[in-house]
Amino acid sequence: MLDNIRPALIITRRELRDQLRDWRIILPIMLLTLLFPFLANFTTQRVLGFVEKYGANIIAERFIPFLLMIVGFFPITISLVIALESFAGESERGSIEPLLSSPMTDTQLYLGKLLASLLFPLTAAYLGMIVYLIGIYRSTDWKAEPMFLILVFSLTAVQALVMVSGAVVISTQTTSVRAANLLASFIIIPVAILIQAESAMMLWADYQILWWAVLGLMILASLLIRMGISHFNREELLGREIDTLNLRWLWEVFRAEFVGQAQSVGEWYGREIPRTIRRMAIPIFWMTLLLITGTYMGAALANSINIIPGSLPIDNLRIIDTQVLDQFRQLGFFSTSGVLTAWWHNLRAVMIAVLLGSFTLGVAGALILMLPMIIIGFFAGLVSLTGFSTITVLTATLMPHGIFEIPALILAGACILQVGASLVTPYRKETIGESLMSSLADWAKITLALVAPLFLGAAILEVFISPLLMVRLLGI
Amino acid sequence: MIQTENLSKNFGDFLAVDGVNLEVKSGELLALLGPNGAGKTTTMRMLTSVLYPSAGWARVAGFDVVTQAQQVRSSVGILTEQHGLYGRMSAVEYLDFFGQIYRMHADVRCKRTNELLEQYGLAGDAKRKIGEYSKGMRQKLALARALYHNPPVLLMDEPTSAMDPESARLVRNAIHGLRSDNRAIIICTHNLAEAEELAGKIAIIHLGKIIIAGEVQELKNRLLGAPQFEVRLGVNATDLSDSLPDEVTLISQGQGWFQFRTNKPVETNPQVIQALVSKNIPVIGLAEIPRSLEKVYLQAVSTAQGNHNRIDLENTMTTGGESQHAG
Repeated sequence: MLDNIRPALIITRRELRDQLRDWRIILPIMLLTLLFPFLANFTTQRVLGFVEKYGANIIAERFIPFLLMIVGFFPITISLVIALESFAGESERGSIEPLLSSPMTDTQLYLGKLLASLLFPLTAAYLGMIVYLIGIYRSTDWKAEPMFLILVFSLTAVQALVMVSGAVVISTQTTSVRAANLLASFIIIPVAILIQAESAMMLWADYQILWWAVLGLMILASLLIRMGISHFNREELLGREIDTLNLRWLWEVFRAEFVGQAQSVGEWYGREIPRTIRRMAIPIFWMTLLLITGTYMGAALANSINIIPGSLPIDNLRIIDTQVLDQFRQLGFFSTSGVLTAWWHNLRAVMIAVLLGSFTLGVAGALILMLPMIIIGFFAGLVSLTGFSTITVLTATLMPHGIFEIPALILAGACILQVGASLVTPYRKETIGESLMSSLADWAKITLALVAPLFLGAAILEVFISPLLMVRLLGI
Repeated sequence: MIQTENLSKNFGDFLAVDGVNLEVKSGELLALLGPNGAGKTTTMRMLTSVLYPSAGWARVAGFDVVTQAQQVRSSVGILTEQHGLYGRMSAVEYLDFFGQIYRMHADVRCKRTNELLEQYGLAGDAKRKIGEYSKGMRQKLALARALYHNPPVLLMDEPTSAMDPESARLVRNAIHGLRSDNRAIIICTHNLAEAEELAGKIAIIHLGKIIIAGEVQELKNRLLGAPQFEVRLGVNATDLSDSLPDEVTLISQGQGWFQFRTNKPVETNPQVIQALVSKNIPVIGLAEIPRSLEKVYLQAVSTAQGNHNRIDLENTMTTGGESQHAG
């Protein structure tokens, strides 16, 4: 183990020495570490003085921890620049080739550079935070809770890790620092949004959510590191000569995967679709598990919020009669346009999910598709509190269209998970572009062949049959 | 030491290297020539296990480039086209860094660093930042890095490109010094004079294919015909055709000189002199008319461009040509 890490540490040591000799890195870090905490300290005192005049002490209390997070965040932003320089810069200058020609493994090289990009800015961030904390303690006697300190220090570390691991993924897709800097907005913009959300939580003093943010960022960092290790390899680094977006080639990759070896539509349905389904067995399993978990989470949530059964309007279910069908009719049920509306609604949700899934390694897409099951679980949980038969209510509201809709949801979600998984662990050593196009082709194939028809079937049943069944089962 | 068979590499639709067959034994130096984008660098990278072949195979220092990649990389020293040095490090730090990567012991690293810096005349500048070095010094340092772990295989991509003549000469001399019985060397270059000076064998690669390969003299014979010689005479001889041996073809003649072509100069050149002397025609000198590698190269490339037919001389890679010198 140590023998495997040692070569990585040789790289880390060299890069750290290089950073310490570069005034363009030293100067901003020194300023952010030593001057900015004093500035933040000064600002805090001024704000405290101002708000205390109006008795708004709570704002002052929230402002100190918020600035602690900001003092830590500024130095770690430099880790992004260092990472881009370390990965894309070395490729551009050609100094990476002697390293690639050495007996080091791709992973050792990756880890060495990752560590080197993190260590200096993170140390500077922690130093700055300590300087700020000492200053605040001396001027206001404010002391942070140990758990809060662990939270902010962890948050700073995982943010740096996400930025650096994201920068590596970007660097593997470019041949120059310039191109990498341009693509870095894919990291800067989400991180800026994240910091705003975290700031709101800090001012809200909702530290529980910030722990969830730490967990979420750790998962994201793990995925990005896995993705970086997959794509930071000799073949991809040296096989790429220029940064071009070859739309024709991308289309060819998509088409080849979409059509497969089929010669006719019948063959496509008969051979290609089952082959794709077989290949997606693992994502299908995971998506099924996620939907079951979502349902359970919804039910658990309903039980955890201590609702008084009598306060629920669920008792209205007891007065369902055939007049309800007229209300359904007014809402567009029992009509073709209603079928199209329901169908389009489901398809639109799947498209949004795949779009979000492409940018979030499948995570956001799968979460969106989990939402209906969480709501169903929540509803079932509420029903169980009222004394109704959960099975009867769920059958009345979900059947028979659920027989089509739930498998469609599983298949659509599995495709989206596959999009994310193919980026993190490319199939057959493909590039990111190839992996993305191949998995999008699979998504299109499954959506066209199965998901869309299943949703159409579900929409027909939902619009024409489900209301009748509901009245039959629940009606008086 | 280096052996490839049908070695191919494609990037998407683009076939960068197409069925390359090479063999370089210990003690041999092969110059891989070819225009830009011909596939030289890709071939070198495959031989270093940096890129994996799409088809075919290669063995370097007895190791397979795909299945024994790490052993291959440990056995190869590479001088890349961009020297890839770190400007903020000193030469000592730089070499020591690579020594650590190759897992050499600290004492060995120290000794090897001093030895190489001394050998390449960099000892006096060992503590200076590499960023302050001249191009020639950088290239020599890169060469020292490639040799640091004493590899049995040395691959050099454009070792003297964009260098001034003096620096290029320094590097060429260094390469001369590297030829040994237990080391196989391949250099990629555009500089044909350099290739002729350094290499015993050449291979010309065009559009990813080896279009011609063999010993320099043999290729000249194949592409440009038999060697040509010029004889300077002490008198004005008019009709010489009867005076010369049958194996000799008279090309041209003037007052006090004539030129001929022969396939077997070792045997025929003494006969030519003997024949002239026996006829009391004084011989001032006999010398081979120089034929540059450039002519061979242009001829091979134009043939390849003209008909895209491969001139298959792979066997010449292993057989070795006949020694031919002016008598």
